[in-house]
Amino acid sequence: MYPAPFRYFRPGSLDQALTLLSELGESSRPLAGGQTLIPILKLRMDEPTDLVDIGRLPGLGSINIEDGIIHIGSLATHARIGRHAVAGMIPVLADCANGIADAQVRNRGTIGGSVSTADPSCDWPTLLHTLDADIVCQNAHGSRSVPIREFIADAYTTALGNAELVTGIRFKCPPENSGGSYIGFKKAAPAYPAAAAGIQITLAEGDVCSDVRLVLGAAGPRPVICGEAESILRGNTITRANLEKAAEAIIAESDPPSDIRGSSGFKRTMLHSLFMQAADIAINRARGNRVQGVHEYV
Amino acid sequence: MNMSESTQLVPITVSVNGKTCQRQVEPRLLLVEFIRETLGLTGTHIGCDTSFCGACTVIVDGDAVKSCTMLAVQADGSEILTVEGLERDGVLHPLQQAFSSNHGLQCGYCTPGMLMSSLALLADNPNPTRKDIRKQLAGNICRCTGYQNIIKSIEAAASAMQED
Ligand SMILES: Cc1cc2nc3c(=O)[nH]c(=O)nc-3n(C[C@H](O)[C@H](O)[C@H](O)COP(=O)(O)OP(=O)(O)OC[C@H]3O[C@@H](n4cnc5c(N)ncnc54)[C@H](O)[C@@H]3O)c2cc1C
Ligand code: FES
Ligand code: FES
Repeated sequence: MYPAPFRYFRPGSLDQALTLLSELGESSRPLAGGQTLIPILKLRMDEPTDLVDIGRLPGLGSINIEDGIIHIGSLATHARIGRHAVAGMIPVLADCANGIADAQVRNRGTIGGSVSTADPSCDWPTLLHTLDADIVCQNAHGSRSVPIREFIADAYTTALGNAELVTGIRFKCPPENSGGSYIGFKKAAPAYPAAAAGIQITLAEGDVCSDVRLVLGAAGPRPVICGEAESILRGNTITRANLEKAAEAIIAESDPPSDIRGSSGFKRTMLHSLFMQAADIAINRARGNRVQGVHEYV
Repeated sequence: MNMSESTQLVPITVSVNGKTCQRQVEPRLLLVEFIRETLGLTGTHIGCDTSFCGACTVIVDGDAVKSCTMLAVQADGSEILTVEGLERDGVLHPLQQAFSSNHGLQCGYCTPGMLMSSLALLADNPNPTRKDIRKQLAGNICRCTGYQNIIKSIEAAASAMQED
């Protein structure tokens, strides 16, 4: 399968890339790892006139922590994030990165490409909602930071303007008494999840939940923030009964579509069980225990 | 950026199995087509052409990648290793030998991809567990063997390579 013809540019700097994208206009596309765009071009679901290869732009693949803020460059691949020391500190990053697709796709696909695609079943957008991350965007005139909730506007739609690139992701390093977990359920490794649940929970003295963020993936056009379920947990002691109540609320708040990956009913059942598993891991991590993440598929 | 309407050709230089190759390619040429059609190295297979099966796996700058999901122009300046680069002076690579001795293949269609994926694994992790092997091969599909002998082969190769 061949993509339709296009012209190819590989600028040497971010500034050149931004200028080029604005000159080439709306029928051009940036190309990062190509793990979403190349399959789309091969299927001719998109026929851009020009590709601007940003995949090797210097400086955009770095991962670092400064003053308690984690910064992940947009070109950091899933594989690199999964192996990075930061993922050792914040294991939910490894949960997410290592569960995406297979080793080959993880070696090329980038976090910036994942958020820019805004595919409702892509893993990073859901996980980044649990961390209240900001997406750093830049065009030829300057840069801005957009909260992920505003950045993902709809299915396959972001707040990115024309000729604007994602340059990085930023979020606060969760406190020590906070734990996260993310689990996607997939029918095979090189497939997107049918349903996913992410949780970040902070525990105070006596296992009281002082803060929590619950987000579902592949459960609607955008990641679903379960405000109702969060308020059931926030301020209360973590008990089995409270978690069950929250799980019921999650089911009510989600609206997963019936599609090739499963019926709506099946996905609701999966979401319930994914949430219970993820909550268990996150609570354990918040208590300071080292717990392996789960990313299994049938 | 003055570009004529005619097809753009982009010069690329890659090292393939240690040999430097310079070619002019159309930007839309996939890496797998470059390897198979332009260079004539047909050991790398196309199974699905939809990024799913891993038959087209090659190593680019040390990473296993699906060459049906990469453009040849993206590989410009890279070192590429294909299945043809495994054998040395008529001697099979320990992985190839182990697949042969342990019935790690039947029709052989998936084998080049399996070999390249497992080569990448053993480079990072010379003594993998069965779980590590399964995880690494999750993007490589085999319709014949049922995978058990593939896993056995990789375990055998890992121990043979450690003895060396
Ligand atoms: C077989 C297979 C299985 C997969 N399974 C999963 C999965 O389980 N979970 C999951 O989350 N994902 C999955 N993916 C998608 C994968 O995560 C991609 O890596 C990711 O969606 C896109 O990243 P990329 O760097 O490859 O982007 P590209 O394909 O290069 O680009 C994707 C889109 O984003 C735009 N873009 C890229 N980078 C930027 C940027 N910095 N700024 C602005 N726009 C940009 C491009 O123009 C394009 O429109 C899978 C992909 C494949 C091929
Ligand atoms: S041919 Fe590339 S993944 Fe199947
Ligand atoms: S041996 Fe036939 S597909 Fe694997």
